[in-house]
Amino acid sequence: MELESMKALAAAISIGLGAVGPGIGIGLLAKGAMEAIGRNPEATNNIRTNLILAIAFAEALAIYALVVSLIIIFVL
Amino acid sequence: MEHHISIAAETLFHLGPIAVTNALVTAVIVTILLSIFAFLAHRAFQSEKPTMFTTFVEQVIAFFYDLTESIAGKNAPVFFPLIMTFFLFIIIANWFGLLPGIAGFGVEVIENGEHAVVPLFRAATTDLNTTIALALISVGVTQYYGFKFLGVKKHLSKYFNADGMNSFVGILEFVGVFSGILSFAFRLFGNIFAGEVLLVVMGSLIPLVLPIPFLGLELFVGFIQATVFAVLTLVFMSIAVESHEHA
Repeated sequence: MELESMKALAAAISIGLGAVGPGIGIGLLAKGAMEAIGRNPEATNNIRTNLILAIAFAEALAIYALVVSLIIIFVL
Repeated sequence: MEHHISIAAETLFHLGPIAVTNALVTAVIVTILLSIFAFLAHRAFQSEKPTMFTTFVEQVIAFFYDLTESIAGKNAPVFFPLIMTFFLFIIIANWFGLLPGIAGFGVEVIENGEHAVVPLFRAATTDLNTTIALALISVGVTQYYGFKFLGVKKHLSKYFNADGMNSFVGILEFVGVFSGILSFAFRLFGNIFAGEVLLVVMGSLIPLVLPIPFLGLELFVGFIQATVFAVLTLVFMSIAVESHEHA
């Protein structure tokens, strides 16, 4: 295969596989937060802050994959 | 119009040995804007009469002070100035790249003997150098407060100790300090740079109405990432100043 097509494939695989884990993780986090809000609606504000923080941690993994993709496309 | 995406910030001109990039220009502009804002706020609070401006400043500061207090407790007055500065700088830097028409400014430079047009402004946080600098400040100050509040011996014993299982945990935490720099820097850079790429791609697909919801999304992402950076720094700081023994 040529270098160009290999690069395109590598970038696509990197972000594609890299998005799976964080996707599952964020789904689980949101599920927990929704259930918590359903049980105790008064705590919504508190839960929202913590949810956004936790999502930022999970999302960071997807961002790493994205950075790898970007480096493959633009730098390599 | 030809769209051109570059992962590194473009050099505009050289100031002695320092290459002045478009991201650096934007960072300086953001700093100046925030300084003017701080000066105006200071002047407005000198007079007793409350205005719309002072109310706005009070609301913003009070909201984040309450948030800081809920996480850091009694250390909130110590941590608050740095946290608020992080938040304000990052949010203005993120939003600067979203200003309509900001990408239209270009300057002609000579690159490898060829004339090229590079954009004059580039959101400061879409340059990895800026985000690494911010991350180094964040981690460095966290370590400084760790040493200051716990003392050198106690703080170092978090990382290096001969206490069975805890010695392994300590080494892991020591590595975690350095991966913290990377994770801070790449999270901010990745989110904002990906947002700019997304806007360019959407704008070149259908330039008419399609980019508008994505602009809204990027405004939100810019705010969230500024909050995340500030709050994470705060959380790490409050952990660093707690002693490990009675945990």
